[in-house]
Amino acid sequence: MAAMTPIRRSRPRPRVWRGAVLALAGAYFLLPLLASFVFTVHVPGQGVSFAAYTELLGAEGFTESLLLSLGLAAATIALSLLLAVPALVAVRLGAPRLAAVVEVMCMLPLVVPPIALVTGITTVLRWGPEHLSRTPLYQTFLAVQDEDFPVVLVLAYTVLALPFVHRSLDAGLRAVDVPTLVEAARSCGASWPHVVLRVLIPNLRASLAGAAFLTLALVLGEFTIASLLGFRPFAVWIVSISGAQARMSVAVSILSLLITWLLLLLLSRAGTTPTTVSPAPATSRKES
Amino acid sequence: MSAPTTAPRPTGTAGGATARRRRRGPRTWLAALPLLTFTGLCFGLPLGAIAFGAVTRTDPTTGATAVTGEHLARSLQGPYLGSLVGSVQLSALTAFLGGLLGVLIAQALVTSRSTALRGAALTASGVLANFGGVPLAFAFIATAGISGVLTQLADLTDLGWNLYSFTGLTVVYLYFLTPLMVLVIVPALDGLRPQWREAARNNGATGRQFWRHVGLPVLAPSLLGGFVLLFGTAFAAHATAAALVGGSVPLVTLKIADALSGNVLTGQENVALALGLDMILIAGLVMAVYLPLQRRSARWLR
Repeated sequence: MAAMTPIRRSRPRPRVWRGAVLALAGAYFLLPLLASFVFTVHVPGQGVSFAAYTELLGAEGFTESLLLSLGLAAATIALSLLLAVPALVAVRLGAPRLAAVVEVMCMLPLVVPPIALVTGITTVLRWGPEHLSRTPLYQTFLAVQDEDFPVVLVLAYTVLALPFVHRSLDAGLRAVDVPTLVEAARSCGASWPHVVLRVLIPNLRASLAGAAFLTLALVLGEFTIASLLGFRPFAVWIVSISGAQARMSVAVSILSLLITWLLLLLLSRAGTTPTTVSPAPATSRKES
Repeated sequence: MSAPTTAPRPTGTAGGATARRRRRGPRTWLAALPLLTFTGLCFGLPLGAIAFGAVTRTDPTTGATAVTGEHLARSLQGPYLGSLVGSVQLSALTAFLGGLLGVLIAQALVTSRSTALRGAALTASGVLANFGGVPLAFAFIATAGISGVLTQLADLTDLGWNLYSFTGLTVVYLYFLTPLMVLVIVPALDGLRPQWREAARNNGATGRQFWRHVGLPVLAPSLLGGFVLLFGTAFAAHATAAALVGGSVPLVTLKIADALSGNVLTGQENVALALGLDMILIAGLVMAVYLPLQRRSARWLR
């Protein structure tokens, strides 16, 4: 395609607008980051101090909330992949009608804003004490809302993550001829677990990493559901300290951006090493 | 999606599928069953609870449940209606501005010859589009809040600036909506082949005529789809606004959060459910527009 394209040079008109647009955009997007950094290190009347960053580790609730968020993220990633990978592989192997059902089921959560979902979840959770207090199901309702590890958040986050997981995996599976791979492996005597673990998963590495990254970013930043259900993962913690320690809350916000950036760079590295197409992570991100 | 590569899509699906379908039919269902069960339970149940709670009323003394339109009617009156209108206005304005700015930036990137700049800008867009929520709110509070760095430096307060307002919220929302538009529209702009422009020029068309008769019609579904996507994103956003303005700007997400978490009158939960249902209907409408548009635009962007 590129070889066919003739010389692309248009009239040698100075493209002033392009420079202006990019410069203005750069200023708008960099300014809050720079200003936030200045805000965290410059204390009026006292000069420069990195206390907001150094005191972070010792801050009350920091480690607990971060660990809670990371744990929730790990569980959400595991659950969403365990649910989506077999279903999507099955769809590739089998009936196209099933593909439509799975796609609709995975994409529907996009239509429901998290704040609306949480109203439904609180209603369902209230059924526990109201209607089921005599049944063994009540214990399940309590266990799901355990303070130390709220499973209900994992379930809600998995629902929210499904559209992105589906999109990322679907893009990866498009690049692989699943039926042929499976057929070949099965003819060579491989068992089903072997086919999935040693043949399909390695081919999907980039899109699995993409799905995992998106889910991680989603869970680390999630505020609405956790705060309204009364739990205290990372994002809720940042808001809770903002009143007393404004500097530290901004410092944590900058750090979370840097971490996201780093993860994204790692991901785009990982996405280019296998022979599959690289656009998978870029397209999958567009809707978050 | 993957614009320049030779598409490997048709080979996998069409050729072998017919021969294989016979044997694997039943097993396929089994592998998809956990996913379908999970969404049915963890997504369908809350959704059902919203729909049920929004249209019924349970008498606290007798326990009898009756169908009523009262909650939905209340959700469309007074301050609740105001919050819905406020959300729609904010979303429409930010989606329009973000779409416009996003297209300008994307066009500047696409026509730029520096691949390094393009790559860096696209990576940055990917990150910034995800930089919504609480951290973004705090970054802006540090920048342009009451004691923010920029506010102090430029005396913004004297100029009438207030971050905790409709205008302030617009500026903050553009921070993640504009990069989102860039991500959505760059593939579409890439899909505008240089050959089309050359063909138009060879036929004597001016630049304006090219855009009017070729460029914009091809881009239209992507542009509209991007706008609708931005609208939906802004409409559903809650964390940024919650961390930033609290209650000073009427937004439906904030009203729902108030009704859910505050110690308010009984029956208020049902109004929250009705508002949730209103939101789902609006967002559903948005997606019903977006998905076909995206499919249509994909036709040109092979």
